[in-house]
Amino acid sequence: MLEVRLFATFREGREKIIMMEYQPGMTGYDIITPLGIPEEEVAIFLINGRHSKLHAELEDGSVLALFPPVGGG
Amino acid sequence: MVTSYNGEVLRVNLTERAIKVEPLDMDKAVKYIGGRGLGTRILLDEGCATVDPLSPENKLIYITGPMTGTAVPTGGRYMVVTKSPLTGMIACSNSGGIWGAILKYAGWDAIIVEGKADTPVYLEINDKEVTLHDASDLWGKKTLEVEAILKERHEGSSVLNIGPAGENQALLAAIMNDGDRAAGRSGVGAVMGSKNLKAIVVKASKTQIEPHDVDALRTAAVDSIKKLRANSVTGEGLATFGTAVLVNIINNIGALPTRNWQESYHPEADSYSGETMRDTSLVKNHACHRCPIGCGRVVKLEDGSVVGGPEYEPLWAYGANCGNSDLNAINKANEICNEVGLDAISTPCTIAAAMELYQRGYITDADCDGVPLVWGSTEAIKTWTEWMGTGKNELAKLMADGSYRLCEHYGVPELSMSVKKQEIPAYDARAIQGIGITYATSNRGGCHVRGYLISPEVLGLPEQLDRTTTEGKAEWAKIFQDLTAVIDAMGMCLFSSFALGAPEYAALLNAGTGTNYDVNGLLEVGDRIYNLERMFNKAAGMKPEDDRLPKRIGEEKIVNGPSEGMQSEIKLTLPQYYEARGWKEAFPTEETLKRLGLEDLVELL
Ligand code: SF4
Repeated sequence: MLEVRLFATFREGREKIIMMEYQPGMTGYDIITPLGIPEEEVAIFLINGRHSKLHAELEDGSVLALFPPVGGG
Repeated sequence: MVTSYNGEVLRVNLTERAIKVEPLDMDKAVKYIGGRGLGTRILLDEGCATVDPLSPENKLIYITGPMTGTAVPTGGRYMVVTKSPLTGMIACSNSGGIWGAILKYAGWDAIIVEGKADTPVYLEINDKEVTLHDASDLWGKKTLEVEAILKERHEGSSVLNIGPAGENQALLAAIMNDGDRAAGRSGVGAVMGSKNLKAIVVKASKTQIEPHDVDALRTAAVDSIKKLRANSVTGEGLATFGTAVLVNIINNIGALPTRNWQESYHPEADSYSGETMRDTSLVKNHACHRCPIGCGRVVKLEDGSVVGGPEYEPLWAYGANCGNSDLNAINKANEICNEVGLDAISTPCTIAAAMELYQRGYITDADCDGVPLVWGSTEAIKTWTEWMGTGKNELAKLMADGSYRLCEHYGVPELSMSVKKQEIPAYDARAIQGIGITYATSNRGGCHVRGYLISPEVLGLPEQLDRTTTEGKAEWAKIFQDLTAVIDAMGMCLFSSFALGAPEYAALLNAGTGTNYDVNGLLEVGDRIYNLERMFNKAAGMKPEDDRLPKRIGEEKIVNGPSEGMQSEIKLTLPQYYEARGWKEAFPTEETLKRLGLEDLVELL
């Protein structure tokens, strides 16, 4: 299983946390496509807390976090 | 020559109750731009590096930048520059709202306050008419009440004031203006209180500042506004969620210090995040003068009152750092902080330190007046904030002087998460290597807005760096520190830098003042200001070992969450940073001072 956490505007019309069935060879694209999140809107993609690229291969049991562009201080 | 400086400084001697008008030293203004840079130069030149910060000999400088009050976006800021009673070093606290712009419209670039009034007073500035009034009836009152009274008395004015914390000379006291805007850090409110100065009311008949080149300024300002609007952070993100959006990001990378930094991940963080705030207590956003970004929060408290809401820092500090996850309690505690006039970063961080002292048995129930300092207690965070502000009991008074003095009192100063006795903000430097360099070397002590490397290391702006590595971070730290010094000196908001860079700042400044800075020249001014501040600290008695992180952050590993096992590489990066700056053992070399046009400071080495 993969735990997908959505933040900021990605929560609009979606759950905050989505559990997804893991399949070997999956990447970040297999997460955002079914959720209808355009690639260019993803500013931060974390795999287990580490910044990653969407094409990185995922591992079973991972926690993924997706953020649109945001800032603060 | 017309420039966006007014060319006049107001000097108020409270001991003599004398008010003088002085010309602005234009050579100094151009060399240090204004605000943070020029203010520090004036303070050093007037001999304040070696004075007791709470004595009449210390001076309190309220200073604008050349962009303050102009048509430049976010150009509404002023700074309070003084010798800090908290750190014993340079203090420069920056605030928005409209007060700074009105001071400028009234015809002043700065106010230098010196001496001490024998009874409480407040200052009224109405264009060039300046009057000192008795403030006995205001003494003891909280900030919003004082503001309401003075606004009624002086119609159409903007009010800056201190609360009970400043009157008590609590070292965490802030200066508040326009409701919830704060010059919060380094105890500037205590200095104001030590002078018996309760408030400054400003009113102006003008509503704009004439720049050097009207057309060039308009072009540069329009260009900047376009960039701020088009950028997804400054155009939308900050308005929608405020700085509070960081709660979830920083927690999800495992860098949200929890229970006084004993842990670095708080599973309940989403309950006080920017997202949750928007869905529950947020009423609307709020913008400072001429700011198209509008990051401020307006929230509804449980009792129905509508007040200024917390930034990311107090959300974290009253939340994870105090082991608490109740957003309503944080909103309220933040409001109390503003009302009593305390720093909304250092105050909750000190409560967190007190909670650890309680956990470890140093503080006992006998000290707590019926409100034990238990992790996560919503009662404790609200009540102790109020008590710190009003000086209710011995422990509250001690806490109001910050976590370093508190922990030192119990013989465990290492439990204070501070640099130069000022509390470190909301990002765990063991998980984000660059920010640790800027914490350790910030001239005003523990601070995140003296080189905000979270931007590249976490948010990916202007480019994504690997937060876990050290390579190149020393150079990044220096450039961010220098550019920040320039933005502060100009009188603009640091948040503009999510969308603007050195070329935009140079264009704005040149159009406003008639200078001819290119990007390198501008960054050199930032470098000069950073070195000037460091030399102020040197003169004030700073030692190389003051550039250090507390043991927990500098030497121990993170124990939980996504960054478990990570540790700070500050021992490696600090020498790299000194080299990048041209410093030896924490201070500039003679050569560096000469290169930056600071040769007159060589004798301080
Ligand atoms: S970005 Fe926020 S803090 Fe900065 S000037 Fe605008 S409203 Fe004020």
